Amino acid sequence: MIVNQTTIKELAGKKMRIDGRKFTEYRTPITVETNISWTAEGSARVQLGETVVMAGVKLSLEKPYNDTPDQGGIMINAELTPLSSSEYESGPPGIKAIELSRVTDRGIREAKAIDMKQLCVVPGEKAWFVIIDIVTINDAGNLFDVAGLATLAALKAARFPVVDEETGAIDYKKKTDKPLPLTKEPLPVTVYKINGNLLVDPTAEEEKVYDARLTVATDEKGTISAMQKGGEAPLSTDEISQMMDMAQEKATFLRGVLDK
Amino acid sequence: MSELLKKEREIVIPGEILAKGMDFLPGENSYRENDNIYSKALGLVYVSGRVIKITPLSGPYIPMVGDRVIGRVTDITMTGWRINTGIAYSGILNVKDATTRFIKKGEDLSKIIAIGDYVIVMITQVTSQRLIDFSMRDPGLKKITGGRVIKINSHKVPRIIGKQASMVTLLREKTGCDITVGQNGRVWIRGTPEGELKAARAIKRIEERSHESGLTKSMETFLGGAQ
Repeated sequence: MIVNQTTIKELAGKKMRIDGRKFTEYRTPITVETNISWTAEGSARVQLGETVVMAGVKLSLEKPYNDTPDQGGIMINAELTPLSSSEYESGPPGIKAIELSRVTDRGIREAKAIDMKQLCVVPGEKAWFVIIDIVTINDAGNLFDVAGLATLAALKAARFPVVDEETGAIDYKKKTDKPLPLTKEPLPVTVYKINGNLLVDPTAEEEKVYDARLTVATDEKGTISAMQKGGEAPLSTDEISQMMDMAQEKATFLRGVLDK
Repeated sequence: MSELLKKEREIVIPGEILAKGMDFLPGENSYRENDNIYSKALGLVYVSGRVIKITPLSGPYIPMVGDRVIGRVTDITMTGWRINTGIAYSGILNVKDATTRFIKKGEDLSKIIAIGDYVIVMITQVTSQRLIDFSMRDPGLKKITGGRVIKINSHKVPRIIGKQASMVTLLREKTGCDITVGQNGRVWIRGTPEGELKAARAIKRIEERSHESGLTKSMETFLGGAQ
């Protein structure tokens, strides 16, 4: 939509957006549904405007890595399904899917949001591994924030399955009420720069014209755990600190939605 | 013994039996199998005399000769442009149908219309294989510059235009925007940023409430006073 792209850029110069929102305004409705899947240990479906993302948490007992024998681990995988946008194809994950999963992963991992030591059952032999799958249902823009929100909601909803004490077999059909050892709640917020202006929650059209973007993951205390910059344009230090402030403010807002 | 099984304006789904017996004839989007007439689309039933037809509520746009559509240029060929109108079949806009100006041999066609540009074109020919030819040599047919293009369900286009273009005239008056409605469901709006937004919202509202009666009246209140 080249016509709309020029219009978006022009409007950004006049401090306006094509859908009439403010630069710091998220789309509505924002809904978080948890435990949508009975086969997953924890799951969530998040809708933001027309963007819909599902996340699922699976837990399995594995041998810990050799360099961290007393810790469990996490793995995040994202799939951009062809049903969510005409731009995605099935097959091995592309660059966008890899970036989405890694940015989400970094936010959780580097914040040390999950206490890995508590996931360990027998040091060097057995530990819980948290496997998170992100599946896009509809991509109408801003997948980073929605995927982050869905992941956190799914992690919060996750409950350990019952383990048979004698055989060590996991009964996935039964759940205990023990939640994951979550110590922090990091949420990523992506701030986009279009025509010199900073804004959050772009639509799919706005995502096509951005100059630069910065994803900032912050926890509830405002500690920054991860950042990811994208786009070709450079960012000045002033812009970066402005973006971090915006990200923190919007993360608080999203956290409010999640806790509702 | 013939029998009509559905009422006028009743919603039917594909494969539903509309009528039994040979006294009725299948019209648009319906077909006969043995003694029964079945629906071919999701839509409303209309009966005129013996003919039963279905006005579809959804589905893709079917290109028809004479329709003015808004298309996007996807490729430049030796002699023209390939244009997508939002359906599976793309069409060709030949150089000779694109402009009245003389175009020299070997001229760079992307200088005239580039890939990604939107154009208002008229369908001049559709083959049985859905190969489409376009023309841009009528008044009002041109390359789109400025403003925004929005997409709606092509079956709602008649409601956006209204009886004798009453709805689109109302939209133009109240928002002060230029509005061009393509039969394929793409609408081009150009005006002030506020006007464009108002028009886009109004069009989405019409699309949602297309089945309501007295829509022009309720849109008048929605749009409020003239700009």
